[in-house]
Amino acid sequence: MREDSSLSPYLALITVFVPLSLVAIGGGPSIFAPIQKEAVDVRHWMSAREFIEIFAVARVAPGPGSMLGTLIGWKVAGWGGAIVATLALFIPSSILCLAVAKVWNRYRGREWHAALEMGLAPIGTGLMFAGAIAIFRMAEAGPLAWGLAIFVALMLTWRPRAHPFALLGIGAVVFNLQLWLAHAGFLR
Amino acid sequence: MADPAQEELAPPPSLFKLGGVLFWIGVFSFGGGLSGWIHRQVVHRYRWMTNDDFLSGIALAQIVPGANVTNLCVYVGYRIRGAWGATMSLFALMSGPTILCVFVAILYHYVQDYPVLHACVDGVAAAAVGLNIRLGIVGTQRIQRMRRMAPMIAMVATFVSVGVMEWPLVPVVLILAPLSVAAVWPRKGGGAAHA
Repeated sequence: MREDSSLSPYLALITVFVPLSLVAIGGGPSIFAPIQKEAVDVRHWMSAREFIEIFAVARVAPGPGSMLGTLIGWKVAGWGGAIVATLALFIPSSILCLAVAKVWNRYRGREWHAALEMGLAPIGTGLMFAGAIAIFRMAEAGPLAWGLAIFVALMLTWRPRAHPFALLGIGAVVFNLQLWLAHAGFLR
Repeated sequence: MADPAQEELAPPPSLFKLGGVLFWIGVFSFGGGLSGWIHRQVVHRYRWMTNDDFLSGIALAQIVPGANVTNLCVYVGYRIRGAWGATMSLFALMSGPTILCVFVAILYHYVQDYPVLHACVDGVAAAAVGLNIRLGIVGTQRIQRMRRMAPMIAMVATFVSVGVMEWPLVPVVLILAPLSVAAVWPRKGGGAAHA
């Protein structure tokens, strides 16, 4: 709207996603709300309904949930937009992460390094569990989804070499069974 | 259960092999759960990394800004094959999903009225969350091996604050992380921390 050159959609995507990339502390979901605000209310790239649809697609399509950004880029400027948005969202944070990993690695073996690691690892693990809850909350998942996820986690703990495909397949079968039972009138 | 941390690592793979493994993880990660996939391939299947190293990567990936999965991927690539390994891993992991998610978005319009597909998608996505819960369990087992109270308390406090109470993540981490580190900080004259 403000800029009208042919570069403007790419530039707009970069302006939106680069800063968000660098503030997404705790992961992609922490910036979903600001992304929605930018895409729907500020830039008018899409309607709220379209955003929810894209969100659903990003969740099931391969890749991290942050592929949301890729799909917004695609809506805004086709394949070029998809690629620009993906790079804008993932490159800045990745460079930062690489820099931190390098520094982190340099001091491996020091006593304080071990203490930092021992102190931070539990925060990471706690966030991992919290992330699982957050995903279910966003998807408004029922007890069946919860039960299934816990079943998969326990199966993998018991048999670490079990193939994830088999477990994902069980998920699809179980949910179809529920659908069929509901359809047949056994469940309401 | 075999503990990969106790076993010998395989020699580092070529950049091409590393990229190949991450590329296929990206392509097949329907419904998410990528961290769990990466753990399975890199630690269990190929033994390129120890379990402990991977788990500290998880903590780093979550605390550094950015998507957890891409950060983890950068860390894993860096530990296995340096900066080029990190670059290769990131591009390999993301190239498949970037293209595929657009195709899924295009297809979505044609298939959104089929309840069977919805059930498949919901079921796969729910099971994929289990892959990440499993990683939480692996992390908890490691905390248990530390044989100290503070890390366990820090883990539960983080989970309850962010997951159950839904308090904003950044202030929670800014408060809990220093406390958690301080609790295990080596004291003068003994009591050294060993993870």
